[in-house]
Amino acid sequence: MPHPVLASPDLIRFEGDTPHLVGSRCNECGEVYFPATDSCTRCTATRMSPHDLGHRGTLWSWTIQGFLPKAPYNSGETAETFQPYGVGYVELDSGIKVESRLTVADEAKLQIGMPLELTLIPYRRTDDGEVHTFAFRPAASA
Amino acid sequence: MTQDVAIIGIGLHPFGRHDTLTGRAQGAIALRAALKDAGIGWDRIGIAYGGSHDAGNADALCNDLGLTGLPFVNVANGCATGGSALASAVSAIRSGAAEFAVAVGFDKHPRGAFNPHPRDWGLPDWYGETGLMLTTQFFALKTRRYMHEHGITEDALVRVAQRAFRNGALNPQAWRRREMSYAEIAESMPVNLPLRQYMFCNPAEGGAAVVLCPAEVAKRYHAKPIIVKAAVVRTRHHGSFEVFSPALAAQQAPAPTVTASRAAFEQAGVAPRDIDVLQLQDTDSGSEVIHMAENGFCEHGEQERLLRDGETEIGGRLPINTDGGCLANGEPIGASGLRQVIEICTQLRQEAGARQVPGTPRLGYTHVYGAPGVSGVTILQR
Repeated sequence: MPHPVLASPDLIRFEGDTPHLVGSRCNECGEVYFPATDSCTRCTATRMSPHDLGHRGTLWSWTIQGFLPKAPYNSGETAETFQPYGVGYVELDSGIKVESRLTVADEAKLQIGMPLELTLIPYRRTDDGEVHTFAFRPAASA
Repeated sequence: MTQDVAIIGIGLHPFGRHDTLTGRAQGAIALRAALKDAGIGWDRIGIAYGGSHDAGNADALCNDLGLTGLPFVNVANGCATGGSALASAVSAIRSGAAEFAVAVGFDKHPRGAFNPHPRDWGLPDWYGETGLMLTTQFFALKTRRYMHEHGITEDALVRVAQRAFRNGALNPQAWRRREMSYAEIAESMPVNLPLRQYMFCNPAEGGAAVVLCPAEVAKRYHAKPIIVKAAVVRTRHHGSFEVFSPALAAQQAPAPTVTASRAAFEQAGVAPRDIDVLQLQDTDSGSEVIHMAENGFCEHGEQERLLRDGETEIGGRLPINTDGGCLANGEPIGASGLRQVIEICTQLRQEAGARQVPGTPRLGYTHVYGAPGVSGVTILQR
């Protein structure tokens, strides 16, 4: 199955069909970054390596974007068609919290600590088709 | 031994919407008012620091005030522009670079939320394009986490806004001068939950300026000089929870507000309990709640009780944002930090009219916080 078109292909690597977030890790102190950086703001080193951040996490904080953002947001929505979307920080295994869109935008269904998994969602339509970005959704129960 | 520096002139062009005036014109009005208050001419100013985010270069004010050849440094430090200009002016006087210095700020923003461009902040385009780079989201996300960790409820968020508009109604220069009921705030439109429409300040317009000189000569120029006991600016450390962060480090670090506040109290040789009247950055209700503790005025989690018991009201033990703060005045970025300083000077001079804190306030405090993680604190003394 072909992978979806992404707004930011460098952020994702696929393990089969499962997307993983890709960041970087400092060769000196081990600090983890997302997105990947070429220097470490913790220890000031400049030798970094790509790092797989995985695809599971827990919700660390959340909000619901209630109004249509101005440019550079480019979903193509108008004030009339805009659908509020969830935004959160998701804590991953390494302890880093990644800011991400959430597939859920209902305050009754969002709770700090809930388990989440990475997915890709269409957020924009162009003449060539849909453009996807990364998002977290409630984890399927094991 | 560093010499003390005093504020001998304050000038404000009221914040709000002023369709017929440019941002710079509002800055010029504020600056002329500050010079008049100090009783000196622009030609005596030896150095100036000023900033504007959206209304042009601050040093263009020389075209209005006069081309005297003075060094004029443009400051661009986000919401901390005013605090940075003031700290720079204080340093200039302490170093002997000038006898009279000015700190000035003005602005004029388009309506609606700010829309920063990722590359200006060292961030990738996708961060803005996919809808993650909004200041309102950051304030909501930090507030939500803070409420979770410290047992704060929405009640505190409503009470902060309610007090801001109550104080704004007492301030003839405020933009929002209508008191609001608890329900009107609590049921207003969700913007970024847990924050709602009337819990956010709006981008606005206005100007603010202060004139400074060495404290030892200040009485020649103003009957009630205000001594700057501390003026400190600090930026973020690795691990602090800042606006425009695609990710947060595993190990959290104290916010720049905490480090700026501690440094200011140390410089001034006083403690939070000594402060009689204060201004805390209230871009939104949640930020003010967090800043109460980050600046050392209470323990984390204690805010809700203080708000409920009226301790932060004009007549309370800890009067916060007596002029209505950013919530009732709006935020012209370049001018906002100096508006706080001007309000504290007005309170310490006991010239605040209906919103004057009771007694004889001796020490005041101001705090700004801005993107991408910079904080400015001043401690002022009558």
